[in-house]
Amino acid sequence: MTTVNRRSTLHRREQRTALAFVALPVIGFAVFAVFPLLFSVYASFTEWNGISAPVFTGLANFQAMMVDPYFWQAMWNTLFMMIGIPVGLCLSLLLALALNRKMRGTTFFRTVYYVPVISSIAAIAIMWQWAFNGDFGLINQALALIGIDGPNWLANTATVKPAIIMMSVWKGLGYSMLLYLAALQSVPRHLYEAAALDGAGVLAQFRNVTLPMLRPVTFFLVVTSIIGGSQIFIEINIMTPTGGPEFGSASIVWYIWQKAFNYLQMGYATSMSLVLGLIVFAVTAIQFRLNRRNQFSID
Amino acid sequence: MSISPTTSAPPNASTGPAERSLPRLPDRRRASERSGRDKRRRTGNIVVAVLLSAGAFIMLAPLAWTFSTSLKTHEAVFALPPQWIPDPAVWENYIRVWSAGPLWSGIKNSLIVACSVTVVGTVASSLAAFAFAKMRLPAKNVIFLALLTGMMIPFPTMMIPQFMMFASIGWVDTLWPLIVPGLFGNIVMIFFLKQYLDSVPDSIIEAAKLDGASFLQIFAKLIFPIIKPAMAAQFILWFMAVWNDYLAPILYLNSPENQTLQLVIASFNATYATQTDYPLIMAASFIALLPVLLVFVIFQRQIIESVALTGAKG
Repeated sequence: MTTVNRRSTLHRREQRTALAFVALPVIGFAVFAVFPLLFSVYASFTEWNGISAPVFTGLANFQAMMVDPYFWQAMWNTLFMMIGIPVGLCLSLLLALALNRKMRGTTFFRTVYYVPVISSIAAIAIMWQWAFNGDFGLINQALALIGIDGPNWLANTATVKPAIIMMSVWKGLGYSMLLYLAALQSVPRHLYEAAALDGAGVLAQFRNVTLPMLRPVTFFLVVTSIIGGSQIFIEINIMTPTGGPEFGSASIVWYIWQKAFNYLQMGYATSMSLVLGLIVFAVTAIQFRLNRRNQFSID
Repeated sequence: MSISPTTSAPPNASTGPAERSLPRLPDRRRASERSGRDKRRRTGNIVVAVLLSAGAFIMLAPLAWTFSTSLKTHEAVFALPPQWIPDPAVWENYIRVWSAGPLWSGIKNSLIVACSVTVVGTVASSLAAFAFAKMRLPAKNVIFLALLTGMMIPFPTMMIPQFMMFASIGWVDTLWPLIVPGLFGNIVMIFFLKQYLDSVPDSIIEAAKLDGASFLQIFAKLIFPIIKPAMAAQFILWFMAVWNDYLAPILYLNSPENQTLQLVIASFNATYATQTDYPLIMAASFIALLPVLLVFVIFQRQIIESVALTGAKG
């Protein structure tokens, strides 16, 4: 009986210590995530300028959103700029396949392609803004070499979004390349050997072995890129501080930020941010469902 | 999942058990076949290397262009055809830039934020990871899952209430709103270190407990040495993330002397673009890039290993 008591006091002491160890992250989570989220839900039903107390207005913000052309334009811009995701994934897979060969210099190339990933997005955005300069920019000078007279990229509704997509692909390529490379190196060799024994050529091996084995990474990259892409802000804010020509590059987070901190429409901005949060959540949930089906189809 | 971060696989990796069971061909035929395959592989390598080099040029060109522009005179910036190697090279731009804006205080502020967040936050995260992985705590999996789910809430959804929270205690235009949330730890780091610790056998911890060691002692003597490499890598990644952060600083910081480096260069960009002083802007941007570039070059291996592991596990 004494041993039982001793054990339980020991356990209690262990639990107390464990609780102390996890306390900080849990408190941080409650204060900086749960509470703001709950407050967002409340504030989205109010008219609130951030100075005087919020006034409850029911669904007015959401109704206003439905007929706000800028909201829809910002949503469309954000969605459009995600074209870069599949492009970037294909390119990075090709890169990873190239770097997975046994040859010299792969470490060097891996480093070079990864440099944009670790670089500050603010500095990168400034850099690319200069590169997209209509008269003296790097891009147009390169185009001039092949006889194309390039546009003033960031001042033109037709080219501002492609310009930002190009930059995002350039910036993110190294990251997905690295994850693909890691996944490629962990594909068990015997799968290829078995496929080769069955007479599968290089392409068939790629389609039936490599691609399925890469599916978890692809899934991870798609989910995280959509989450990241839906929150694109810094590039927009630095490269096109006014939201681009005719609102052509204003992203949803840029519009939320603008409404909240320049127009002090905190209630309206919060309701838009809540919609963004719900969309991100829904996309993630749908993709997890799809992924589960994929997993079954592999087995 | 075992990942070898170095791309060169062991030389005889292809001699797996499956290959050994293949019917053996006469030696000469086998050798000639292999040399043919080698030749094809070598040509393939050359083609791939050329393509990779072209890609590497595209990746580095904007950076090189930034550096080149930063050394130009006002006039040379607008020279046609463009000069890749500026003549004359105006190194004075790199002196001029320090007095053109609060670059020093930007660096100082960024260092204060990044150092305090990552040092305290890493301690908090690793203790939590230890508890989640190795200690008895009722409902710890539920708590851990809740923390992970919380990561899915996008920052823009929480930024307005967070801003109002910090505004109500008078912390706007101070570094506190950038520092304080990070002190509570980083869930990505907790997740990563917990995964790392899950593979450590419980028995060594049980043994230490029987010897009467306290949990802090166990952490310091047993756990810390084990997770040190993982911690270092996560620390660097986190440091770079805080250093490069822009959205939170732009929300909270107004006065130039309180701004972090990223904000300082962004306002350089806004101010000097109207004066078309591009060399100055590019010099400032390049200075903002340098610290992370240096850290990356030094810790390249650890960073790449850590990213590869985090992503593959996620």
